[in-house]
Amino acid sequence: MAQHAEGSYYVPHDTKWPMVGSLGMIIMLASAANWMNGSAMAQWTFWLGLATIIFMLFGWFGEVIRESQAGLYNAQVDGSFRMGMSWFIYSEVMFFAVLFGALFYARALSVPWLGGSGTGASTNELLWQGYVPMWPTNGPGNLGGEFQTIPAFGIPFINTLILLTSGITITLAHHALIKDQRRELVTWLAATVLLGFIFLVFQVGEYKEAYTELGLTLGSGIYGATFFMLTGFHGMHVTLGAIMLTVILVRSIKGHFKPKHHFAFEAVAWYWHFVDVVWLGLFIFVYAL
Amino acid sequence: MSSDIIHNEQHLAHADHDDHDHKPTGFLNRWVFTTNHKDIGTLYLVMSLLMFLVGGVMAIIIRAELFMPGLQLVEPDFFNQMTTMHALVMVFGAVMPAWVGFANWLIPMMIGAPDMALPRLNNWSFWILPFAFTMLISTLFMDSGGPAAGWTLYPPLVLQSGTNFAFVVFAIHMMGISSIMGSINIIATILNMRAPGMTLLRMPMFIWTWLITAYLLIAVMPVLAGAVTMLLTDHFFGTNFFNAAGGGDPVLFQHIFWFFGHPEVYIMILPAFGVISEILPTFARKPLFGYGSMVYATGSIAFLSFIVWAHHMFTVGMPLQGELFFMYATMLISVPTGVKVFNWVSTMWQGSMTFETPMLFAIGFVVLFTIGGLSGLMLAITAADFQYHDTYFVVAHFHYVLVPGAVFALMAATYFWLPKFSGNMYSEKWGKIHFWLSAVFVNVLFFPQHYLGLAGMPRRIPDYSPQFADFNMISSIGGFAFAATQLIFVGVILHCIFKSKVRATSAVWAGSRGLEWTLSSPPPHHSFTTPPDVTQNMVKHAE
Repeated sequence: MAQHAEGSYYVPHDTKWPMVGSLGMIIMLASAANWMNGSAMAQWTFWLGLATIIFMLFGWFGEVIRESQAGLYNAQVDGSFRMGMSWFIYSEVMFFAVLFGALFYARALSVPWLGGSGTGASTNELLWQGYVPMWPTNGPGNLGGEFQTIPAFGIPFINTLILLTSGITITLAHHALIKDQRRELVTWLAATVLLGFIFLVFQVGEYKEAYTELGLTLGSGIYGATFFMLTGFHGMHVTLGAIMLTVILVRSIKGHFKPKHHFAFEAVAWYWHFVDVVWLGLFIFVYAL
Repeated sequence: MSSDIIHNEQHLAHADHDDHDHKPTGFLNRWVFTTNHKDIGTLYLVMSLLMFLVGGVMAIIIRAELFMPGLQLVEPDFFNQMTTMHALVMVFGAVMPAWVGFANWLIPMMIGAPDMALPRLNNWSFWILPFAFTMLISTLFMDSGGPAAGWTLYPPLVLQSGTNFAFVVFAIHMMGISSIMGSINIIATILNMRAPGMTLLRMPMFIWTWLITAYLLIAVMPVLAGAVTMLLTDHFFGTNFFNAAGGGDPVLFQHIFWFFGHPEVYIMILPAFGVISEILPTFARKPLFGYGSMVYATGSIAFLSFIVWAHHMFTVGMPLQGELFFMYATMLISVPTGVKVFNWVSTMWQGSMTFETPMLFAIGFVVLFTIGGLSGLMLAITAADFQYHDTYFVVAHFHYVLVPGAVFALMAATYFWLPKFSGNMYSEKWGKIHFWLSAVFVNVLFFPQHYLGLAGMPRRIPDYSPQFADFNMISSIGGFAFAATQLIFVGVILHCIFKSKVRATSAVWAGSRGLEWTLSSPPPHHSFTTPPDVTQNMVKHAE
């Protein structure tokens, strides 16, 4: 019975990891809610929940990697994974679309309305008299106090070059993988990981500068909100992407990937290109314009 | 049967129970660690039925308070918690998981696949939900009580919530993660797991509608996640997305919410369209009329659902061009929806119809859903909406499309496929009693609300002017009777599964056509271990 492997779709039998993940998720999120409500204990259980999720990810992916190495996955299973990853990235695109949408709405509609344009004439006259619409702005209430913005052609531009370069290095790594040149693969992949982490270091430095020297905080009106939410969620995705890159770097060193069988590598590369593209949007609409 | 399911040598140790058609033994293995699409489908359906009852109890509390003018039973704040929670529980806990449950059961059987494409992910999609709803419902027992700002969570009101707020936001995040993962799985299954010969335009309508529904879910659940995340940071971390003093705008939230919210209503109704398109041809013993146009109509509705969102907020203050655009775009939806209703009627035209319970619910759906659709057309007219907005007319409208719409379709689906799932026939007599009582009382419950709304009774208010007393009392009586009727539904289901002595045949219905009816009733643990060859003759819409 056992060996109908060729041509059959692999259906796993039972799995404990989703339940571990659900428990981790409820512990983490219920703790986060309690933490926000001021519970002192909850910040510890929050980390417990997060650790459970990380444990689940290692266990779950580990099982999938072992099954893949054992040759259980045929081309059709590979197709399911490819669709899964593509649609996951699409859902991420929609998440960023919301934050970009908020930015465009504020810049094109709500801030001008507060200044009296279009149908906002009486709003301006009665509520926010004297407010001159502009961008950047922290609103007619001058919330968060005076602030300066981060110039686009400083660290953000360097970060753009870093991410674009990392997009090239991961492509070079992919070509090396297809040609079965493991040393080049590892070198280019390591370069990509390094560039990813350099980007993050710069980003942290930029945040520090914003808070300590520029007066730009999360509370700096709509500018601060859109700036930090967009760059912050992007930074979280770069962090996740860099961790994923590190994992496939280790797997490349171990020789897991074959020239014709390396979907995990491609999935991470897709993801990395996705965070790259999001950054280009950020650079143009948040920093440059 | 399942011997074709492959095992690796390393996996034989814990795989031995799976060699034949044997299901995993033990509660944990069978239900908690399962990767089987039927068991996961059952879990979804059971949870959805439980949530349907929980949400129903909340509805009874609402209707009891509105039985008479004045405040009798509950505090106004608790009334607000009930309207908010009733909506969240019914939308995210009852209707959506029920459709995912049917998708899980039916998609592999309808397209000739062994299971869903990503079985482990399938398990996780379900097992997030019980935790999410535990968290959501637990807020009712917190010092702040549950969320009370309406399920639409509009700021600035919702930002005044107490302890419950963060829990509600995170519960919504969990439901979103579950929906996105479930939808990814459904799309991958439909596009990647079809048996040879099951071309896209041979797929049953239920598969088509779910494919498009899953696309909508992946597109808009992240939007909801973004919206509630912004609420969370506005509440706890000092951002000013929805605060005009900081240059933000509370109306921004409404735009984002309804960009999610409008596709969301189609997420609840498109699978219903699919089910009705399965049931009517079976009992009219005719192929579905206009299969191709049904597919294109579904796609058009999905497309239009992204460009009509602001009709939920005509009165909030928008530029006139915006109001007009959203009015005309909304009216356009009646074209593809009209195509569907026309096709359903044409399917029945000159058919040799019989009226088993699923058919009764399906016909009830076509008639009553259309009433909800027509009141929607009235609401789409911007100028008229200024009168209807936030009145009971809106409540009547969306309950007509959701209760005798989506919920009737769910009941039709239950009667239609439960014999296949369980292997037993349900009681036709009690099924018919359930239908007729439901069909009568759902109208007693919701039809008077049209008049209340047109006369100006606002929604979400526990007290009202005495002039509204008569219709409210009628509506409440209808509500209590409709709720009691649903106990028959629970009884019929339990009887069918555990007590019924009448075995179902493989085909179950005289006119059934489609792959799922070629399997035994109940079907084997793994659906199609070797893919069937699908011929034109096996699909329902074939001549």
